[in-house]
Amino acid sequence: MTDTITHHLTDDLLARYCAGELSEGFSLAVATHLSLCDACRARAEALDAVGGAVLDATPPAPLARGALDRALAGLDERPSPAAPPPRCGGVLPAPLRDYAGGEVDSLRWRNMGPGVESLLLIDAPEGSARLFRIRGGSELPDHGHRGTELTLVLSGAFRDGDARFARGDVEIADETMQHTPIAEPGAPCICLAVTEGRLRFRGLLPRLAQPFFGV
Amino acid sequence: PPRSPEDPDWTAAMERIRTARDRAAFARVFRHFAPRVKGFLIRSGASEAQAEDCMQEVMATLWQKAHLFDPARASLATWIFTIARNRRIDALRKERRPEPEDLAWGPEAEPDQADVVAFQQEARGLAAAIAALPDAQRSLIERAYYGELSHSQIAVETGLPLGTIKSRIRLALDRLRHAMT
Ligand SMILES: [Zn+2]
Ligand SMILES: [Zn+2]
Repeated sequence: MTDTITHHLTDDLLARYCAGELSEGFSLAVATHLSLCDACRARAEALDAVGGAVLDATPPAPLARGALDRALAGLDERPSPAAPPPRCGGVLPAPLRDYAGGEVDSLRWRNMGPGVESLLLIDAPEGSARLFRIRGGSELPDHGHRGTELTLVLSGAFRDGDARFARGDVEIADETMQHTPIAEPGAPCICLAVTEGRLRFRGLLPRLAQPFFGV
Repeated sequence: PPRSPEDPDWTAAMERIRTARDRAAFARVFRHFAPRVKGFLIRSGASEAQAEDCMQEVMATLWQKAHLFDPARASLATWIFTIARNRRIDALRKERRPEPEDLAWGPEAEPDQADVVAFQQEARGLAAAIAALPDAQRSLIERAYYGELSHSQIAVETGLPLGTIKSRIRLALDRLRHAMT
């Protein structure tokens, strides 16, 4: 699976994720890609190592009196947690499943118009995250962006111009870009789309529909 | 580089914590890392009291999750950094921190000793490479990890356009990579 990914995260996105500087929605998209892509995970762990070196070189701050005793006294009260759940092998990697609250077939999809369903996962001032399920051959409404948008494919595939995006692939679009992702004919395309700011739909009907669908 | 007296074998200490719940080993780790974690959190914008509490949570997590530390994949400083970073997001920004799915490994897949030694050497090499960077570049990296680097803020302070900052960060990381090979 991981060998088939051709569209990866940029150095900038990875660096900001590892420094803890991305918004929650973007972090979700990055964590989901890292769950599917061993190459980017290795890059991320190298960037974490830089963070480790920075931490180790940070001048020590004086601790409160009795800090070590307080820590030692608390140790036995804390049970050792169970081992993390194994990879489940479903469509949604663990970080995404945590947000969605289940696997794709059990979710409460909302109809967004012909061939498009969605589920809002994060709606914050810094940006949103939502899952889309697009019927084969259907397109996402034409839209521009106020910031950066990441679209990560989880199942099926879409095409945007000459590029093809399948499971694990990330499309990165910014405010200068008009694009029209179209699901390939066949099985529905399930993807995660995260944005900075609100999606701005172009074309009259989608614009009218915007307040209604809350996109 | 050879291990110096100030660079103790944290892998062995973590092994003692994991297998024997060794409180003396925990105390050694605590004495070195707790003040650095607190300093890191204060640099990241936490108050003195927040940083103290958050540091206690980080060190408690280290004890709780000692079985998840993999010395063939991370130095102890790196592992503690990731815990502190995530606690910082949780406590200061009140946001969740999505983390990648765990790789399949555990007690049944003990890390190979040669892998551990090689990785820990790489980690020391990286730390040395960062310490040897020119001040301006090292400072940029430090500020990024302290969370002081909203890109736009730095652009205002230094008068450099955004793209220049980003390419400088990449350049710094690139030089780090080359310093290691
Ligand atoms: Zn990747
Ligand atoms: Zn778009």
